[in-house]
Amino acid sequence: MTDPPFTAALDALNALACGLFLLAAFAIVATRQTRGCLLLFIGQSLLLAASAFVLGVKYQSLHLVAVGAVNLVSKPIVIPWILRRTLSAEVYARREIDQVLNIPISLLIALILAVLAYFLTLPMLSAVAPQFRSANVPIGFAGLLLGAYTLTVRREAVPMLIGILAMENGAFFAGIALSRDLPFIVELAIASDGLVLVFVTGVLVRAIQRHIGSTRVGELVSLREESPAPGAGAEETP
Amino acid sequence: MTLPLLLLLPLIAAGMCGLPRVRALAPAVTVASCTAVLVLASETALHVVAAAAPVTFRGWLAVDGLGALIVWLVSLVGTTAAVYSWGYMRRTGSHHLARLRLYYANYNLFVFAMLAIPMVVEPTLVWIFVELTTLTSALLVSFENTQAALEAAWKYVALSLMGAAIALLGFLVLFAALQAAGGEPYTWEGLTRAAPRMPPVLLKTAFALILAGLGTKVGLVPLHTWLPDAHSQAPSPVCALLSGIETTSVLYVILRLLPVLDASSFSGVRDGVVIFGLISVGVAAFLLLQVRDYKRLFAFSTVEHMGIILVAAGLAGEAAHYGAMYQILSHTVTKSFCFFAAGAAVLTVTTRDIQAVRGLLRISPATAASLLLGGLAIAGAPPLSVFVSEFLILKAGLAEGRYVVVGLLTLFIAIAFFGVLLHINRMVFGRPAEAAPSVEAQSPAGAPAHSAVGAGGLPGTCSVILLLGGALVLLLGVCLPGPLHELLRLAAHELQR
Repeated sequence: MTDPPFTAALDALNALACGLFLLAAFAIVATRQTRGCLLLFIGQSLLLAASAFVLGVKYQSLHLVAVGAVNLVSKPIVIPWILRRTLSAEVYARREIDQVLNIPISLLIALILAVLAYFLTLPMLSAVAPQFRSANVPIGFAGLLLGAYTLTVRREAVPMLIGILAMENGAFFAGIALSRDLPFIVELAIASDGLVLVFVTGVLVRAIQRHIGSTRVGELVSLREESPAPGAGAEETP
Repeated sequence: MTLPLLLLLPLIAAGMCGLPRVRALAPAVTVASCTAVLVLASETALHVVAAAAPVTFRGWLAVDGLGALIVWLVSLVGTTAAVYSWGYMRRTGSHHLARLRLYYANYNLFVFAMLAIPMVVEPTLVWIFVELTTLTSALLVSFENTQAALEAAWKYVALSLMGAAIALLGFLVLFAALQAAGGEPYTWEGLTRAAPRMPPVLLKTAFALILAGLGTKVGLVPLHTWLPDAHSQAPSPVCALLSGIETTSVLYVILRLLPVLDASSFSGVRDGVVIFGLISVGVAAFLLLQVRDYKRLFAFSTVEHMGIILVAAGLAGEAAHYGAMYQILSHTVTKSFCFFAAGAAVLTVTTRDIQAVRGLLRISPATAASLLLGGLAIAGAPPLSVFVSEFLILKAGLAEGRYVVVGLLTLFIAIAFFGVLLHINRMVFGRPAEAAPSVEAQSPAGAPAHSAVGAGGLPGTCSVILLLGGALVLLLGVCLPGPLHELLRLAAHELQR
């Protein structure tokens, strides 16, 4: 489709998906409910799929459409299903989930990370061919950093897991723009790997819940060198 | 055809551990499959050495010198740890058949994932198998289901998966760089060929992301915090796999990228790698001094050794790379033996607290002797292989005129040597505590609840593996068989180009 208005419309759609994707990443940092966290992740995955579809149509890449379809099935449908099967309702029932920092400060840090992602990717974008230049790249990097940040500040297991999944979403979001001709079997393998990830983590969280009685994994700090020497760095978080 | 068979065997074994009829035989199935893998891997390695060319399978799998070394070491530790597990898990683990079955199924899948890393040629698929090593070993780390084990497993999973996500983006950027260069397939070979034409900024970003991401999994220093936990809380045979070879097989992926970066148009990467490695060695050496749990002691020593390998790989010459490969070999053989010895100590004294163990030599001479040998060997005492490899690396560094690097490395190695032997010495010699030492062991390690220990001595398979492993550790120091030397040389050759 070299029809200019059509292309412009697709670009606008993709820009919308990008903006909403970033917004979802911020919301995952800030939300106060486990359920909300999961719903936001589902929304973010839908936006990832949408962006893949739009780019697929724009560049007439069947491969990207397939990637979008895989994401559409695996993340919004299968992953929540696995989580629900492996974890008890109690994990979801806990309404308030707090974090190490308060939410305004968290959002400020998240904003700094997003700006950082933009400046980190600026030189990269100028190095690639024009058809790979897209807002997806900085926003994908931002999604990765915000997911990592979520993982760091959350203390509850399920939101931490969602942080990991959001990081992968971010990596993919940049990936659909940057490396869109990756063999399809690889994409499929990565998607199924995500399912294994959720299953194994779910089983682990269930074991934690059963044997420790809580899923506040952020408060498990029994393992460390006990000497209070200043060099005791084994417990510092990265 | 041996390559797909190497991957199929552990998968079949894992499947068989799940079958209802085979359940009771799960340990035997695992040992059989691992032994077969070891035989096949040795054959493949000999083949690579004889032909001095990679063995390939349809463009998807390929094993060159470096790959063959890692495959062989994975299968070696996989086999010894499987035999060791047989007696060890029966003694410590639950007598629940279902739990044991889960253990062996995961064990085989874990071995499968580690075998696949050095064989697969497509980097994103390699990433998937790195991720699978985490996922298949997570439930092995948490196997004992104590609070400490679950905590360790969670930290392991959370940090490793975080690293993996970062590395995934790195591999995608790397693919973009390859596309910008045009025309080469996405394999390690293709990357090296395309490297001169890649936009440097993409390559640099990709390498930074991959180093940070996979460095987490290797346990390089700012992101090593999970490693001593996971590598001390898992059952000892699993520790042998995790510490002995899993870290190395992930480090392999980083090593693969070094020649790519050399071929590209920007420099200074090797120096960065050396500095990164030195930081790991230094920090780990100091952390070694203040451990209270002897399994954590060996875990920190793994961080140290990963740093040493990275430093050696970062140096330029062939001699240093040969040293790096030698270090991989000696570390894997020695460290797995250390954890076997540590497992024997856990069985003998039921605690992991160094303070609570005194005069092990009188309680159980065999355990004490292997712990002492393991400690001496891993610290790098002269006739043994870690000493030889470290000596080769230092010598190569001097020959290149990197005096500061060599000086710091020597200092850190000396500190670590002192640290390891300080703790081991206290445990082995000295006067045994009165009666049961486990009484005062409300230690950070938390005394595991094994009951029937001490009484019957070590399980048979554990003794066999300790004997064999000890013999291997001693022999490797004295002589390196010709084919192995040739394999190391070929592997070192893969690090440059």
